[in-house]
Amino acid sequence: MSEEKKGFFARLKSGLTKTRENFVKKVDNLFTKSEIDDDFYEELEEILVMGDMGINTCEEIIDELKVRVKKESIKDASLCRNILIQSIKDKMKTPEDAYDFEKDKCIILVIGVNGVGKTTTIGKLASKYRSEGRKVLIAAADTFRAAATEQLEEWAKRASVDIISAKEGADPSSVVYDAVASAKSKNVDCLLIDTAGRLHNKKNLMEELKKMNRIIDSSFPDAKRENFIVLDGTTGQNALIQAREFADAADLTGIIITKLDGTAKGGIAVAIQSELNIPVKYIGVGESVDDLQKFDSNAFVDALFDVTIDSEDERTEQ
Amino acid sequence: MAFESLTDKLQNVFKSLKSKGRLSEDDVKAALKEVKMALLEADVNFKVVKQFIKSVEARAIGEEVMNGLNPGQMVIKIVNEEMVSLMGSETTEIELQPGKAITVIMMCGLQGAGKTTTTAKIAGKMKQKGKKPLLVACDVYRPAAIKQLQVNAEKQEVDSFTMGDNISPVNIAKAAIEHAQKNGHNIVILDTAGRLQIDTEMMDELKNIKENVTVHQTLLVVDAMTGQEAVNVASSFNDQIGVDGIILSKMDGDARGGAALSVKAVTGKPILYVGMGEKLSDLEQFYPDRMANRILGMGDVLSLIDKISEANEEVDVEKEKEMARKFKKGQIDFNDYLDSMKQMRKMGGISSLLGMLPQTGISKDELEDAVDEKQIAHLEAIVLSMTPAERSNPKLLNPRRKNRIAKGAGVDISEVNRFVKQFEQMQKMMKQLPGMFGGKKGRKPFGMKFPF
Repeated sequence: MSEEKKGFFARLKSGLTKTRENFVKKVDNLFTKSEIDDDFYEELEEILVMGDMGINTCEEIIDELKVRVKKESIKDASLCRNILIQSIKDKMKTPEDAYDFEKDKCIILVIGVNGVGKTTTIGKLASKYRSEGRKVLIAAADTFRAAATEQLEEWAKRASVDIISAKEGADPSSVVYDAVASAKSKNVDCLLIDTAGRLHNKKNLMEELKKMNRIIDSSFPDAKRENFIVLDGTTGQNALIQAREFADAADLTGIIITKLDGTAKGGIAVAIQSELNIPVKYIGVGESVDDLQKFDSNAFVDALFDVTIDSEDERTEQ
Repeated sequence: MAFESLTDKLQNVFKSLKSKGRLSEDDVKAALKEVKMALLEADVNFKVVKQFIKSVEARAIGEEVMNGLNPGQMVIKIVNEEMVSLMGSETTEIELQPGKAITVIMMCGLQGAGKTTTTAKIAGKMKQKGKKPLLVACDVYRPAAIKQLQVNAEKQEVDSFTMGDNISPVNIAKAAIEHAQKNGHNIVILDTAGRLQIDTEMMDELKNIKENVTVHQTLLVVDAMTGQEAVNVASSFNDQIGVDGIILSKMDGDARGGAALSVKAVTGKPILYVGMGEKLSDLEQFYPDRMANRILGMGDVLSLIDKISEANEEVDVEKEKEMARKFKKGQIDFNDYLDSMKQMRKMGGISSLLGMLPQTGISKDELEDAVDEKQIAHLEAIVLSMTPAERSNPKLLNPRRKNRIAKGAGVDISEVNRFVKQFEQMQKMMKQLPGMFGGKKGRKPFGMKFPF
């Protein structure tokens, strides 16, 4: 395992510690103790649902497991563990072209409900792309929240990238228009657009979003488009509804899940990808700039189930 | 509307039960499986769901179902009863100190839960009850928090107390209580800082405040969109600093809100209020029994009545008597119409009211189409384009005046004509049915009926 890979892995794991502690302990107990009977499946369902994976995804995973157990006449519950992990990994696979936009000229629109961490995520993305030697421009299209622009300006300063902003209360679409024009003329590699938080059931705000989306499409049709929805990792099944509604307003190309360090679970990530087929592209596992990571499904699921052999990580109950 | 999807789901389940006549054990199990799925999808805590299903099943299967009652009714009754007992069987209010003594309320919760907004909403409620609240900015970390509290306090027309961000929250709290004593405030609400996650630093700060000043009520604000985690958040705050009541915020952003069901069951603490919108008045009393009814699709008629009587309290008694007299004689004019529109808006608009009525088999979308708020705004614009004389004497309206009104309101003349005609018809109707309007007690549902 390379140095860099290990660094990522360790960080991901430390961010997911809480997730692991609760989640994995239960899973381990289950797979060491129980026989494969109805109680076993019910307990498994409980574990997955309590992890916010959502009832549909749970049933899917369990049904798959049942089929394999029957087909391969598995009697030992411990064998189910790997099958389960593999099945979740399969659901979480990131498509091969998921990060193609990072090589092209791209426009990234960042959307989501209030308070999920959109502005912070933009700041982190800007630093990341800048450090990769790309020319980055930030558009502060959240003209609604009082200190949003100031907050973003601070991030832009830290990442030493340019920012396009307007007065509070200005039409966000005009900011988008200006930013796209500026990105074109300055030959920017990556334009990051921050938007105001909006609840997915407020019709007019979703219309405003559609308008911004249209403006980008019409004024710079050649650019590679990415629309990222930012979801709070502590949100339950509502995150699914949010993703669905936002996908309706603007074609979502990826999901960023934040605050995975603040919750005891990470299961909603599995639910969203398996039900909506929108890949998770980044996850936030902490507050520092480096804590926004490219999503690695294998590493994520392994870290979730604590698959790696790591002496300092030995589980106490064994 | 919160709980909408859950309501729809449960109703579908019960529909299939109703059509079957008698319930077998299998039917109960099948129905409860659907109930379970619906509850889980609504983010109700898994353990709570399990417990709930068990108790309903235990009651539903067996003699109670066998003894010849309408089986559908029976299951609904049991599900309803169990849900009510799960959510707490009675309404709890914020406990205030007796007499003129100051009640100190401390707000707490995670970052982004909506503490500052809720603080202002509670102050508004207290003011309505004739109290004199003081809002205290103890969040010295978040840059705009103090400003936000000040602005909200101004909007609610209550006093705020700030000391900038260089003083410790404990000292601010102490000074605030002194300030309250000097200035005759009888409720002090401390808005504290939130953190991204539950950390010891935050808990210590809250503990510190509690040790140094007498806090009578500690209220926890929980984001209703939180998943299974909501229960963990509530129980850790409760275990570490002690919580007296819970407020669920952002209930308007969510179709489900299952957390309401589980938080009470797991922590044993009552839910006092639910935040239903971005406006500072959108804080509703939490009634467990009514909420259960609402989840089951029986409608929240009681909550509706509550809203109406609250709005009615603000109406001048004299004016109301006058209105009742006018109703009897069919003498209402356009001024009365405007008044009732205002009242309606105070209650959150007509679609908000309709959403609380029992399900009629009409979907919410259809309802919204039928009652076009825009249309109502047009009608209001028409009235507002009338001169005072025209408003109090609808008979004045001739074609020339109507033309002017149409131009003023930006609508077509036909719309003005239709509206005036409907209004006249309503007046006639009132004359014919004197007993129906303006009874002895002036507690009529809407103050008046609407011409559409």
